[in-house]
Amino acid sequence: MSIKNKINILGFISLILIGLFVFIGLNSNNWAYLLSRRIPKVIAIIITGGAIAFSSLIFQTITNNRILTPSVLGLDSLYILIQTFIIFIFGSNNLIVINQNLNFIISIGLMIVFSWLLYKFLFQKKKNNIMNLLLVGLILGTLFQSVSAFMQMMIDPNEFLHIQDKMFASFNNINTNILLLSIAILMAIGLYSYRYLKILDVLSLGREHSINLGVNHDKTTKSMLLIISILVSVSTALVGPITFLGLLVVNLSREFLKTYKHKYLIIGSILISVLALVGGQLLTERVFNFSTPISVIINFVGGFYFIYLLLKENAQ
Amino acid sequence: MIEVRNLVKEYGNKKVVDNVSTKIRDRSITSFIGPNGAGKSTLLSMISRITHKNEGDILIEGKEIEKWNSGDLAKKISILKQSNHINIRLTIWELVSFGRFPYSQGNLTKEDKRYINEAIGYMRLDDIQHKYLDELSGGQRQRAYIAMVIAQNTDYILLDEPLNNLDMKHSVEIMKILRRLVDELGKTIAIVIHDINFASCYSDYIVALKDGKVVEEGNTEKIINKNILGNIYDLDFKIQSMENMKLCVYF
Repeated sequence: MSIKNKINILGFISLILIGLFVFIGLNSNNWAYLLSRRIPKVIAIIITGGAIAFSSLIFQTITNNRILTPSVLGLDSLYILIQTFIIFIFGSNNLIVINQNLNFIISIGLMIVFSWLLYKFLFQKKKNNIMNLLLVGLILGTLFQSVSAFMQMMIDPNEFLHIQDKMFASFNNINTNILLLSIAILMAIGLYSYRYLKILDVLSLGREHSINLGVNHDKTTKSMLLIISILVSVSTALVGPITFLGLLVVNLSREFLKTYKHKYLIIGSILISVLALVGGQLLTERVFNFSTPISVIINFVGGFYFIYLLLKENAQ
Repeated sequence: MIEVRNLVKEYGNKKVVDNVSTKIRDRSITSFIGPNGAGKSTLLSMISRITHKNEGDILIEGKEIEKWNSGDLAKKISILKQSNHINIRLTIWELVSFGRFPYSQGNLTKEDKRYINEAIGYMRLDDIQHKYLDELSGGQRQRAYIAMVIAQNTDYILLDEPLNNLDMKHSVEIMKILRRLVDELGKTIAIVIHDINFASCYSDYIVALKDGKVVEEGNTEKIINKNILGNIYDLDFKIQSMENMKLCVYF
């Protein structure tokens, strides 16, 4: 089966699942209400799925590592910290908590500023040392988690429920205004990244080969890292921490498509991501009746897959 | 010509390459020899801009390396390092096709494909060109990487221990191919090499490094000398001439 056919199949299944998700249970009385709820949800799923898949793929390429996800940069933990901090200081009735637009912009802004500072600081001192960046990101991530946990234990348990809502990714209650902004950001990034598709193929050979082939490795890595942080920030602020999904979908798409070319891998990962999220959302809504957030299912399946990957890499 | 002037590379306080000045002459094979840790690989890495230098000048065809556009330089000079682990699964043909990236930015033209097939033919990999790298033996893999460098079609080719892990047959094969690249295609080749007899039989010039400094340099005839080699390696050398080749016995 050719790669294009495989991608067509993935696209076809995604369309069917999206169709099922949008149109199941519609009748002449409820269609207006249900569609107004479901269409933003599906769009949010596609955006998040795309952002996660794309960011994880390029992250694995620039780190030359198949079992990493951008969550090691500590952005998820920073998001939880921001949310905890806002509620800790201002309480849950504050404007920043209630006004989702404001919260979204503040969260994205802080996450992007954080990663920009991190890159600037680390790359100024030591050029092109990505492993350093990952270690510092990992440590800062843990620090953010601890600080959040500390504040969460001190606040009123009722307030804690607000934070808990944010801790798990969820596609319920998506705000349409935020959605438009996210679409705009993603479109801009998509256009910007298009010319990097072939360069990413070369980057997957590793640093020395890329320099030998004339790629400005340091500069490209930095642009890619910035793109990754913007994508992760958008998807996290939109639905919550869900980067683990990236590990799952990028590796599945590698296994399925068996290619190194990013133009196929990107489409494949995005489609598998949409498949997983729409399928997962169908499960949570129709089978589990909203009793389980989708990220729990994804982390559960992803966890098993991660162990499988580790064992497989080990065996080689 | 590649010219290096007063080149310095420091890691912390240790000078790995210490005030090195030398030349790589056109249309010849220059071998860099010396004990482990002499700074040979670091020198080659700096000449190919993989490692940043601390001080000094590297002139490639008279132009300082930092003034070159990286994409243009990739059409001028290529390097193959000693460890080439690649994380993705590629066939030989796909690997060699990457050598054309500086010219086509990934959109292969007919001409690119001709270069790729020629390079594969040159390294005699035709019948296994669609095999994956992880299915090959060490020698075949090394030849595939050299084919990629040949497809890159640069005037200058730097090879860091190209004979690493190869048996005698494959080592001789590769050295003969390098010789042909110089004699037939007019390339300029610099290699880091440990086997002194290979250096003696196949290179035109030898640069000997020790503790980050150039201790001897000159044509092969001059360097393959009992006293000079003894001084470089702290070993007793006996030089034998056999069928126009100078062989070193140091066992």
